[in-house]
Amino acid sequence: MVTAVEFSGVSRHYEQVRAVDDVTISVAEGEFFSMLGPSGSGKTTCLRLIAGFEQPTHGSIKIFGQEAAGTPPYEREVNTVFQDYALFPHMNVLDNVAYGLQVKGVAKDECIRRAQEALTLVALGEYGTRKPGELSGGQRQRVALARALVNRPRVLLLDEPLGALDLKLREQMQHELKTLHKKLGITFIYVTHDQTEALSMSDRVAVFNKGKIEQVDSPRNLYMQPKTSFVADFVGTSNVISSDLALQITGSNQPFSIRPEHIYLAKSAKTSNTFSVNGTVVDVQYLGASSKIALNMGQQTIAMVVSNAEYKEIDLPKVGQNLTVYWLKNCMVILDSPVN
Amino acid sequence: MSSPANPTKTSMTSAYSPFARSLGNTLYRKNNLLLFLLLTPPLLWFGVVYLGSLFSLLWQSFYTFDSFSMAVSPDLTLENYRSLFDATNFDIILRTVSMAIAVTLACACIGFPIAYYMTRYGNLREKGFFYIAVMLPMWASYIVKTYAWTVILSQEGILYWGINHLGLTFALNHVLHIPAIGGNTLATSNLGRFIVFTYIWLPFMILPIQAALERVPTNLLQASSDLGAKPAQTFRRVLLPLVFPGVIAGSIFTFSLTLGDYIIPQLIGPSGLYIGTMVYTMQGSVGNMPLAAAFTVVPIVLIFIYLAFAKRAGAFDAL
Repeated sequence: MVTAVEFSGVSRHYEQVRAVDDVTISVAEGEFFSMLGPSGSGKTTCLRLIAGFEQPTHGSIKIFGQEAAGTPPYEREVNTVFQDYALFPHMNVLDNVAYGLQVKGVAKDECIRRAQEALTLVALGEYGTRKPGELSGGQRQRVALARALVNRPRVLLLDEPLGALDLKLREQMQHELKTLHKKLGITFIYVTHDQTEALSMSDRVAVFNKGKIEQVDSPRNLYMQPKTSFVADFVGTSNVISSDLALQITGSNQPFSIRPEHIYLAKSAKTSNTFSVNGTVVDVQYLGASSKIALNMGQQTIAMVVSNAEYKEIDLPKVGQNLTVYWLKNCMVILDSPVN
Repeated sequence: MSSPANPTKTSMTSAYSPFARSLGNTLYRKNNLLLFLLLTPPLLWFGVVYLGSLFSLLWQSFYTFDSFSMAVSPDLTLENYRSLFDATNFDIILRTVSMAIAVTLACACIGFPIAYYMTRYGNLREKGFFYIAVMLPMWASYIVKTYAWTVILSQEGILYWGINHLGLTFALNHVLHIPAIGGNTLATSNLGRFIVFTYIWLPFMILPIQAALERVPTNLLQASSDLGAKPAQTFRRVLLPLVFPGVIAGSIFTFSLTLGDYIIPQLIGPSGLYIGTMVYTMQGSVGNMPLAAAFTVVPIVLIFIYLAFAKRAGAFDAL
């Protein structure tokens, strides 16, 4: 398998701030690779390092085997879809899309033809003569996508491209991006702080925290086997059980995490492959398909989610009620790092 | 204020008198009335004092001047406008306009890099320094600065001294021998006049360009580079079109200020009237107000033509 982008020991420091700190990753050709993390975690800086807007302080970045440090953005075979689209306001949509071809000296007829093709690809074939200011957010997003794709980049960089769209449009665009990725077969590197987005679209996800990578894995592994408490907490929601409480429950002070949907209301007696705990219900939220119950266990409050389809016939627990819940041992994830 | 007679009963009323309250409520509800009250004084000032006097001037440009009795009579004529095309008068216009064009081009070429540096590279301190540096000369009287330049450009001045010490006197003499540019000394040459004009009006070019540059988001330049444009292409296809309205705004300042100036042509450079000095002479010593008025119409018409061309060339498309 060909490696599209390879970071080895890459750091980017701004005076005292380590925006990116000793990051090593390798993205395979054709992969949909996401960089996930809270704001300020270094994911966007990594993307800008690939695009060439930033230069690494240490380490090496290779794009298809070639050292990229020192190469200006206009000589790299990557294109970026910017967070706020960065469309040229003085050009119409077609000129925006044709821009990359024009500056490379492609013949005018071919520029227009390919730009029109790219616009059709993003279902905006009729909008060529409009100015970007006359389009809606979702349409601008598509123009930005077409403008990047028309250059046939080997790697497409997407910097939180759906951040400014409303929920319905975002879900639709997620689906379209995924379809486009399959159709074109090029490498997508996708930066987002939205874990649902990262999980639903990606082949692999790198979770960033404070300039470092916490874990690089498939969405399923990230969710089911988070390696650190940060990943457990950031990807999906998780009850991260501290050492003290863990000692009471399991007899070992190793912290662990358990997903809210893996905790069940106790119906049967305790068995050898489950743990069960007692707590007081402090909150019940009805969410439609499911309900969320907050359970106070003394030092810590844990959340559990019950399916309303399953509990249709019986009443939900009430606030103040004492409740026994259990989970399967194999659903627990023992965490490497200590919990602070 | 609450009623002093009954201080205990005033807990529910406001601190304002009923009249102020009802006035405030009326103005709040009738927004147009408030706008009307706010805008009337400045519009009167602008309409009557500003435009009124300008139109009165334009009107007088059609009056008749009797060169024999040196008297102005309100008989309307086009004679003043016709005489603008007399060889001597037309020379004045050409001389002024070519200087204005040269000064404008020079200001744009010098101003752009400075404005660019201020916007893109300067941190907050440097930006502040540049702002002060650009504005500071404007705080000093412009006549004082012009007189200072007569000293700088004179043969005993610092410029000659510097050129002499660099051993470049021969080069300066060569330049001063070029017909339209040169003269006996820098202070009496068109080159000297051009230098002073450029110096005096430069801030008026830098500030609008800087404001326009400030409005161009950095990510547009990055997007251009990302799409494969070399820096020169990014400049020509993205940055310049977006900043051009600022350049046009600056050029209108430098162009019209040069067209109307009457101090610098008197103090520096060769003899020969400019539009400004001509107006000054005509309305002052000669008393030919109609011809002076006709001359002041020239810059106004030129600016309108210039704007029409700029609009046609798409200078305002990015606005």
